[in-house]
Amino acid sequence: MSLYYLQKLLYQINRDPEIRKRFEADREGVLAGYELSAEELGAIRGPDIGLLYVLGVNGQILMHYAAMCGFEWNAYLEAMREGVRRHGPVRAGLYKLVED
Amino acid sequence: MPLVFAGVCSHAPGITNRPERAEARQRERLYAGFERLRLAIEAARPDALVIVAAEHFANFFMNNMPAFAMGMAEHYEGPIEDEKWLGIPHARVPGNRDLSLRLVSRVMQEVDVAYAEEWKLDHGIMVPLHFLTPRWDLPIVPANINCQGPPLTPLHRAYAFGRALRSACDEAPERLALLGTGGISHWPATPNSGKINEAWDREFLARWAENRRDALLSYTDAETYRDGGQGGFEIRTFITVAGAAQGSTGEIWCYEPIPVFAVGCTIGIIKSL
Repeated sequence: MSLYYLQKLLYQINRDPEIRKRFEADREGVLAGYELSAEELGAIRGPDIGLLYVLGVNGQILMHYAAMCGFEWNAYLEAMREGVRRHGPVRAGLYKLVED
Repeated sequence: MPLVFAGVCSHAPGITNRPERAEARQRERLYAGFERLRLAIEAARPDALVIVAAEHFANFFMNNMPAFAMGMAEHYEGPIEDEKWLGIPHARVPGNRDLSLRLVSRVMQEVDVAYAEEWKLDHGIMVPLHFLTPRWDLPIVPANINCQGPPLTPLHRAYAFGRALRSACDEAPERLALLGTGGISHWPATPNSGKINEAWDREFLARWAENRRDALLSYTDAETYRDGGQGGFEIRTFITVAGAAQGSTGEIWCYEPIPVFAVGCTIGIIKSL
């Protein structure tokens, strides 16, 4: 469970042009710097936007990564719905927090 | 100078990035509301605008998340979003470091606010400014409240932040305007984007307009999430303005639930400060 680092990676790719450039040039090198589970790594590499949502990434962070990966707005929303159909409900984070 | 203006408005990125998808009459009523708000702010002749927004990870992350923060720079850059996506060209918005320093120092007497000498503007501030100061000619003091990274800022502290901001603004020699910007019920950037709980919104806005402190502070986060979605946590920005206007009532000039903008688009003002 490393949602913090998963979100940090996506936040930094969005907010720091240097990290984004490094990510585009040497993705695995950047990923090695974060404590991520195999499932999280797979979701980033996919990219599996739906799984990232299910893993608990905040939409205000995820929407930027989806846009960077070429997802138009409706495609982004649909990817999250598909993620829930395939992987089940959101497991952690803000959208899980007060649901139980 | 006593605070010269206080109001609230929505800031959803859909308002500028996909306007053509909204029902035309609703969109026009919203845009007319923004224009009325712009004229009201201009008529108050402010020297600067204090704009209280919701943090969306433009400046802060969970490695160091302040409950409240205020910008303290000579200028601010935005938007952080792709300018074509947002529909707002990149701009440099003037600040006033000296004014920020004095306001932050005064607010700190009552509320432990963080300050930032570097601050990026996201849609949460750029969308309102796009309508309200389209020439980017009014200095701003940005502020934000943690509405996304739990544990969230408690509502009663958001109200206290408003009280502290009011004292700071009243004691400054400048003519200052205050604007809170946030959504009411909404589920932005999630599969439920476009869902709006109009009944919940109208109840909240009634409490806000009557400035009923206890009623405004009675929402638990669990209730807000259930009825208003995670975007509903942004009621904190409205509550801060209510705190700043304690003893005064407000008026809702516009409420248009526009699903493609993902929020009940709202414009409200405090009638007499």
